[in-house]
Amino acid sequence: MAHRVFPREEYLLKGHVACPGCGAAVMLRHVLKALGPNTYLVIPACCTSVIAGPHPRSAFRVPVLHIAFAASAAAASGMIEALEKLGKPANVVVWAGDGGTVDIGLQALSGAAERGHNIIYICYDNEAYMNTGIQKSGSTPHGAWTTTTPSGNPGFKKDLPGIMVSHRVPYVATLSPAYPNDTFAKLRKAASMRGGLKYLHALTPCPPGWRYDPSLTIELSRLAVETGMWVLYEVENGVFRLTGPSRALLEKGKRKPVAEYLKLQGRFRHLSPEDVERIQRMVDENWERIAEMLKEGGEHSSEQG
Amino acid sequence: MSRSAGVEKILARPTVGAVLSGGWRAERPVVDASKCKLCGVCWLFCPDAAVEVSEAGVVIDYDFCKGCGICARECPFKAITMVSER
Ligand SMILES: Cc1ncc(C[n+]2csc(CCOP(=O)(O)OP(=O)(O)O)c2C)c(N)n1
Ligand code: SF4
Ligand code: SF4
Ligand code: SF4
Repeated sequence: MAHRVFPREEYLLKGHVACPGCGAAVMLRHVLKALGPNTYLVIPACCTSVIAGPHPRSAFRVPVLHIAFAASAAAASGMIEALEKLGKPANVVVWAGDGGTVDIGLQALSGAAERGHNIIYICYDNEAYMNTGIQKSGSTPHGAWTTTTPSGNPGFKKDLPGIMVSHRVPYVATLSPAYPNDTFAKLRKAASMRGGLKYLHALTPCPPGWRYDPSLTIELSRLAVETGMWVLYEVENGVFRLTGPSRALLEKGKRKPVAEYLKLQGRFRHLSPEDVERIQRMVDENWERIAEMLKEGGEHSSEQG
Repeated sequence: MSRSAGVEKILARPTVGAVLSGGWRAERPVVDASKCKLCGVCWLFCPDAAVEVSEAGVVIDYDFCKGCGICARECPFKAITMVSER
C-alpha cells in the first residue's frame, strides 16, 4: 500500500514540463516527499530549470533559487548560513544535473564540502547534457552514444560519489527512482545530520537521451541495480555500507548480465559483443573492489573491537 | 519590512497545472477496477503526479497524464492498459 507508506503530499505538482517518463521527475517527486515543505531548492541550468514551467507559474511547491551553472553549491552555502543567522533551520538542497555537477559545478561543490556547510547536494545523473541536446558529460558511461560521441564514448564515467568520499564529508549515498524505501531512508538520514555537506547521487534514466520507450524508466532503473552497473550504498562518516537490493549482489552469480540493461537502450545499440564483454568486466572489477573495501572495513572494525 | 513590489512581480508562484500536459499524450492508461488491488504502485512511480488512489479506486487525471506508460508496466496486477488516443 505505497500510498499509505509514503507521504501523499505532492511538492512537484502535476502540469510540470518534463518529458513523458522522465526518471529525474520521479526521483525529484520522491526526494521532495521525503524532505517535506521546509526545503529550499537551488537549481543550476539543467532540465529541471525548465520542468518548473512557464514563468510566473511554478510546478514546485517549495521555494527555488535558479542559479548560474558554476555557482549552485556556493549559492546554497550562502543560503544555509543566512537561514541559520535568521534562526530558520531548513533543508537547503542543491538539485543539479550531471553536467552541472561532475563538470561545471565541481569546484563550487568541492569548496562547499571543504568549508563544511550544512547543505544537501543531489546530483540527478542522466549521463549527459540533456537539456541542450544529449552532449557527452564527464558522467557519460563508456561506450554510450551521445550527439558529441557519435560512435560511442571512448572515455569513462567519472566516479563523483568517490570524489566526494575523498572530501571526507559526513555522508555520501547513491539513489535510484526504482527503490523509494532506500531513497526515503537516505534522505531522512541526510536531513538529520548536521555539520557538513551531504552528497547524494541518483541514476535517473532519460527516455529521449538514452533512446528507449518511456514506459521502461523504472524497469531500467531496477536493471541498472540488478546488473550491478549502479550500486546502492552509503558512506556514513567514512564507513561504507551497501544498501537495499545491492546488499545481495556481492557474488557475481547473483547479478544479472549487463547486456540485459544495455540492450534496452538505443544509445548502446552499436556495441559489439566484445564491447559488452568489456563493460561486463569493468562492472565485475568494480564489485571486486567493493568486496575488498568491505573486507578491510570489517577487519578495521574488528581490530578496534 | 515589506517586500518591494518589484520582487513580488518577478517571483513565480506554485501552480497546479503550469501547463496542460495531457495534450502531449499518444496513449491513455485505462484502469480495470476489477483487477486493481489498490496497491498504490502506479501512484508511486508516476513522474507526473497524475494518479490518485483511494478506497474508491484509482483515478488518473487526464488533463496532466502524459501517457508514458510507466504505471501500466509497473502495475503488479496488470490492471492498467494503454489505449491509443487516435
Ligand atoms: C554558463 C552556461 N553555459 C551553458 C548553458 C546552457 N545549458 C543550459 S542547460 C545545459 C545542460 C545541462 O546539463 P546537465 O547539468 O547534465 O543537466 P540536464 O540538462 O541533463 O538535466 C546547458 C549546457 C547555460 N545555461 N549556462
Ligand atoms: S531530457 Fe531527459 S532528463 Fe530532461 S526532462 Fe526529458 S526525460 Fe527528463
Ligand atoms: S498499480 Fe495496479 S493494482 Fe496497484 S493501485 Fe495501481 S492500478 Fe491498482
Ligand atoms: S501514463 Fe505515465 S503520466 Fe500517465 S498516469 Fe501513467 S505513469 Fe502517470
